[in-house]
Amino acid sequence: MKRWITTTDHKRIGLLYFWTAFCFFLVGGLEALLIRLQLAQPNGHLVSAETYNQLFTMHGTTMVFLALMPLSASFFNYIVPLQIGARDVAFPRLNAFSYWVFLLGGLLLNASWLVGPLFHAPHWNVAPNGGWFGYANLTERQFSPGPNIDFWLLGLQILGISSLAAGFNFIVTILNMRAPGMKMLRVPAFSWMTLVTQFLVITAFPVITVGLVFLMFDRFFGTHFYVATAGATPLLWQHLFWLFGHPEVYILILPAMGIVSEVLPTFARKPLFGYTVVVFSGVLIGFMGWGVWSHHMFAVGLGPIADSVFAGTTMLIAVPTGVKIFNWIATLWGGDIRGSTALHFAVGFIAMFIIGGLSGVTHASPPADLQQTDTYYVVAHIHYVLFGGTVLGLFAGIYYWWPKMTGRLLSEPLGKWHFWLTFVGMNLAFFPMHLIGLLGMPRRIYTYTPELGVSALNLVSTVGAFLIAVAILVFLVNVLRTRTHGRPAPNDPWGGATLEWSIPSPPPVYNFSVIPTVASRLPRWKTERHEPMRDPPAVPPAPIHVPPGSWWPLIAALGLPVLALAPLTHTLWLAFLGAAILLVGIYRWAFEPFEV
Amino acid sequence: MTHAAATHHTSMGLDSRKMAFWAFIGSECLLFSSLISTYLVYKGRSVVGPSPHEILNIPFTSVSTFDLLMSSLMMVLALAAVQRGDMKWGKIWLFATALLGLVFLGGQVIEFTEFVHKGLTLQTNLFGCTFFVLTGTHGAHVTVGVLWLLTLWVRALQGKLGPGQALTVEITGLYWHFVDVVWIVIFTVVYLIQ
Repeated sequence: MKRWITTTDHKRIGLLYFWTAFCFFLVGGLEALLIRLQLAQPNGHLVSAETYNQLFTMHGTTMVFLALMPLSASFFNYIVPLQIGARDVAFPRLNAFSYWVFLLGGLLLNASWLVGPLFHAPHWNVAPNGGWFGYANLTERQFSPGPNIDFWLLGLQILGISSLAAGFNFIVTILNMRAPGMKMLRVPAFSWMTLVTQFLVITAFPVITVGLVFLMFDRFFGTHFYVATAGATPLLWQHLFWLFGHPEVYILILPAMGIVSEVLPTFARKPLFGYTVVVFSGVLIGFMGWGVWSHHMFAVGLGPIADSVFAGTTMLIAVPTGVKIFNWIATLWGGDIRGSTALHFAVGFIAMFIIGGLSGVTHASPPADLQQTDTYYVVAHIHYVLFGGTVLGLFAGIYYWWPKMTGRLLSEPLGKWHFWLTFVGMNLAFFPMHLIGLLGMPRRIYTYTPELGVSALNLVSTVGAFLIAVAILVFLVNVLRTRTHGRPAPNDPWGGATLEWSIPSPPPVYNFSVIPTVASRLPRWKTERHEPMRDPPAVPPAPIHVPPGSWWPLIAALGLPVLALAPLTHTLWLAFLGAAILLVGIYRWAFEPFEV
Repeated sequence: MTHAAATHHTSMGLDSRKMAFWAFIGSECLLFSSLISTYLVYKGRSVVGPSPHEILNIPFTSVSTFDLLMSSLMMVLALAAVQRGDMKWGKIWLFATALLGLVFLGGQVIEFTEFVHKGLTLQTNLFGCTFFVLTGTHGAHVTVGVLWLLTLWVRALQGKLGPGQALTVEITGLYWHFVDVVWIVIFTVVYLIQ
């Protein structure tokens, strides 16, 4: 137990990220099922309008910040150091700090479901209810008086610190910790996409932090950043939020694109088609992701010039994305394809992401977007990119790297069941939403009347959602069964080209007995000019220093929720206590002997 | 901080801590850009007074600005002294940097108090909101820098900071100069261009 709490090993932190994020994924999924049950029939009365607001707010917030981002982070942690031939990340204790801050921020956010009585609320739950986008001035104290939004804005600020710390860490790790000979254009595509993602994180999160700090000041200290009567413009929040929010979309999808770029070559036994183009498309997406945010605000009425510019940039960003899709398809073309579960999910990703990408291009046209804004059509789009894209991509990564991370192979037959149930389920759940939206059903409204004519489509969508739930159960059965009955994994069960497959599954604590020297982009494959590299010896020829654990990242992290409790409970001494814990943690951390 | 300067091999030839710090400064640029943009967007939108020209005292803040600029000079001297192993002057310049930082913070306290007496608080109008949150965030950064410098100074007094830790001093300097540069932008945008 102590070993896990004080660990600074990137592999353990990766597993902690995985299981924590997966639990939050299940919580977010349960929230989605409740939403779908409520909407299964017209005039539903399973939950009240107020609870419904909380469900969709927490579903979105949980899935984005507590499930998908940290599930990607679990692979950054576990896989990136292995792919680049490093013994750990650049700052192992900062890495532990990121994890603990993420866990505590997630718990604080979800504590809002249970702590109503502490805030003299009439119910148990005071969960956030302003949408995952938290538009001010709806989220101002005047219109949202309870502690609900406070939990949201404080939780998100804490989670931002976690993401930023991880961002700095992984940028330095990928740029600076590569094995000898691994030039930047020999870095595997997944690690490249991780790098781009982290640059987006460290540039996008400060912007939402400022937006959240303004909201916090408005709610707690009576400022007027979003108060229209004081001359403020509510557009300020929208700009700050979407300046963050659109790069965030790429923060969610680029890691999945990276995973798919690893899985396809391995199971087609062909190098990634146009590796350099795929990498630079990812970099281009990272840059262009900063120039499209106002397409979330077409309905605001920004004027013809702004609308035209953002319509143009939005259509343009489809180009590098399309380039990647063609490269993936070309990778499969003529390959020696093995239909593993990981490949099923990766190909599913391509197909679903194309649908999501195409509906995304339809939003790029302001006149079309005005018809779609705030309807279920947009819900269909984001679920095709975030579920059909990110989640399928993450599952491809789970099946691909599970043997590396746990030492056992997941069952392939159960995996296929998992895939097909997910695939059919998600299309039943999300495809009808296009029609539901175009027929006029608004999103974020707790019910609808039978006269709208969308009752049957909504029922289909609900059935699909439950099919996804069954698929997740199949996955959990697969995981449990694999713990006891799973086939032990050799070093390289798939014949992969990258360095993580050259070492045991799971890897020893030091990863590489000898740091490999890389001579090719596909070090473990025979290419025209290179013989496959020799795997590192099973026993290290010389003793390897492994850093000890540390308590201080956890203790420093504990200071943050205590600090957040101060405004939540209007208790000043908690602010001093939180700051003191944080300071003690940081000072002890800085001065403890810790040799990496 | 207890480690000797970079001994590990790195792919880019730049020490990892320094690289991380440059990334951090890049991130901080976005933080201050958002704050300064908000100040500019809300300029002239306050529906009640007081307005900037009734409140801001350019001569007083010019002195603070000069003080902070001089602290950057002290920081350069401190790093140079530590790098050449002259810890006597290293201690003096580190302390001088921190002291000038404290003087700047003292100036900010006086300035804020005066503004409140003149009727500008955080809640008065949009100018008050944006001004105090922007300059307050900067002041918080200066405070962190002063704590950091004083920590180095104490370590130097204890004999635990020498030329082997020059990189730590250099990184502290990066932070301190960054905070100084941000102030130059704030001083120009908020005080000089009204």
